[in-house]
Amino acid sequence: MAEPCAVIGIGQTKHRESRRDLSIPGLVRDAALRALQDADMTWKDIDSIVIGTAPDMFEGVMMPELWLSDALGAAGKPMFRVHTAGSVGGSTAVVAAHLIQGGVHEKVLTLAFEKQSESNAMWALSPAIPFQPQLVAGAGGYFAPLMRSYIRRADAHPDTGCMVAVKDRQHGLLNPNAHLHLDQTFEQVKASPMLWDPIRYSETCPSSDGAVAMVLVSEKHAGRVKNPAWVKGTSVRTERTFFAGRDQVNPAAGKLCAKDVYDEAGIRNPLKEIDCAEVYVPFSWFEPMWLENLGFAEQGEGWKMTMEGNTKIGGEMPWNMSGGVMCTNPIGASGMLRFAEAARQVRGTAERHQVDGAKVALGHAYGGGSQFFAMWIVSSER
Amino acid sequence: MRDVAIVSFSQLPSVKAIDATDEAELVQPVTANAMKQVGLTQDDIGFTCSGSTDYLPGRPFSFVAAVDGLKAWPPIRESHVEMDGAFALYEAWVRLMHGDIDTALVFSFGKSSLGSVPDILNLQNDPYYVQPLGLDSISAAALQAQAMIDAGRATERDFAEIVARSRKNAIDNPNAHIKGDFSVDEMLEEPYISSPLRKSFCPPVSDSAAAIVLAVGDRAKELVKRPAWIRGIDHRTEPHALGQRDLTTSPSSKLAAEKAGLVQGKVDLAELHAPFAHQELILREAMGLGDEVSINPSGGALAANSLMTAGLIRFGEAASRILSGDATRALAHTSNGVCLQHNLVAILEGE
Repeated sequence: MAEPCAVIGIGQTKHRESRRDLSIPGLVRDAALRALQDADMTWKDIDSIVIGTAPDMFEGVMMPELWLSDALGAAGKPMFRVHTAGSVGGSTAVVAAHLIQGGVHEKVLTLAFEKQSESNAMWALSPAIPFQPQLVAGAGGYFAPLMRSYIRRADAHPDTGCMVAVKDRQHGLLNPNAHLHLDQTFEQVKASPMLWDPIRYSETCPSSDGAVAMVLVSEKHAGRVKNPAWVKGTSVRTERTFFAGRDQVNPAAGKLCAKDVYDEAGIRNPLKEIDCAEVYVPFSWFEPMWLENLGFAEQGEGWKMTMEGNTKIGGEMPWNMSGGVMCTNPIGASGMLRFAEAARQVRGTAERHQVDGAKVALGHAYGGGSQFFAMWIVSSER
Repeated sequence: MRDVAIVSFSQLPSVKAIDATDEAELVQPVTANAMKQVGLTQDDIGFTCSGSTDYLPGRPFSFVAAVDGLKAWPPIRESHVEMDGAFALYEAWVRLMHGDIDTALVFSFGKSSLGSVPDILNLQNDPYYVQPLGLDSISAAALQAQAMIDAGRATERDFAEIVARSRKNAIDNPNAHIKGDFSVDEMLEEPYISSPLRKSFCPPVSDSAAAIVLAVGDRAKELVKRPAWIRGIDHRTEPHALGQRDLTTSPSSKLAAEKAGLVQGKVDLAELHAPFAHQELILREAMGLGDEVSINPSGGALAANSLMTAGLIRFGEAASRILSGDATRALAHTSNGVCLQHNLVAILEGE
């Protein structure tokens, strides 16, 4: 069976609209150094590096890990690159965990980055693909009909999306690394322009520059820190694009991925056994949708948890304590930021956005047209 | 560590252009064939992993479309690397170490015909200082070949002889792109493309797709009589800047071969991913592969070179010879990046 794996170092950059003060190598190195420092390690201690980022075209460098090997002290080491759409930050951490759990390496540095200021992601995601209708309006245009369908099915209160935006932005105010620090009222969010009904401007994620890194180790090295986060379960699931049997409002891949990770971590009731979750919510309405998809709420009931304030810090099931993707979105790093925040919570190092006594947390990422999923469960207990 | 083996391999013949096919249509025949050879379907596969690059089709997330070439329903455990399919095989091997699943499907696809590959590969360089110089992949390889000549380690005739042997080996390979008896003297009469490289010293630019099925322990033995066991597999990278490396050596492939266990016994053959003739010399010397080792019996990348697939095909070609009983121990190699920056080596064995 798998070897135990622990997160003992976490570092991230300050995320901003444009980190003009840092080159791409500078950006990844900044996050990596912070993670090494947190783990009380130096570059020499690292056996292997696993890096993830979203489409290479966002920065205009093909396979940027080749170029970044110098900045990450990778010479003479294995440097592995993962690329799985928006879930990439999560799946990258999963590969790193498997290197430890499979006994291949003992000390792995994993990181993910995006420097969105180098390009325009919305248009980079909207190319004309031969033989397919052109998706001309970025991710929001793709997802809005799914949210409308959710609202109709669940008979959801129309204010739910605005509530998520206000809540995540309030959480983001507690996180000095977050890109957006917006003290927004419900009325302000609701008054913002409608972009893709039901998504208002203030209900969308920003485009950010940022990187995040983690040091994962085998049990032998976990004692370097007093508060390792133990990886209790990992999972990835993918479903195809063109298939009439898909339900993109409540995707089968998400449900199955959650089942896999709960089974591995021995969780039967996520609402009771998980203390908090960092979940990939790039547009406000995904919070109630994923609450149901991940089994935190019954079908049609997710929006009620949000409306009742249960997903705030201090609520029954805090979601996106860091402010989430709604406050910070360096696409390739967004998934790993969720995984890293889950680990910070169970290590008790989340500072002002710490959930009191958090012992078990879920990190979640998704990508493509709600079809690529990656998750992990971390715990303060081995 | 669990024992993992390659149990089947399928490839599309490498050709100049596979017209009018999208990603799903490239992937479906090879994945279906690789599984069919061992009587499996997608439902029997524990983990699926692929390798490709967005810069060939020229659009982001191009691998997403490839998933539609699989029966990814119910949703599958799946991952993707922006590297040659051989690295997808590495990720699948790591996944199989986890212990909960026993089979994996690996595939890759490369439609190099969609653009100018040498120019596209310039985008692998440092975007601030090198990309603007327009250092295409042939020019970069020429710098490396010239360094070999300047160091007194090779002559142009050596390059031509490697090409002649490779393309002669490929005569028996129905999937090779360029094959036949090529005259060394005639090759040395060709004009330079980028001195000291002549056209024949460079790889063809091919379209292809390939797939491999991996299985663990007893499961592998159930599926085939003679699995090609992966006895060791390792990859290493080097500094990126050409000026920081001695281009005539390959410390990363040397180290990867050591870690993969090359020294524990002699290999009958080596499938080396050396797109340019001079790179074969560098790799052989770094890994210590002498004249007793058959190099690239398939013809290698000088006979068929679809970007993102040529490395996985090296693994498949090496494994095929073990599966068939023609070889006992083989080395499979894949390189990644400008002038062999990043190298992956595996040692494969029959029982």
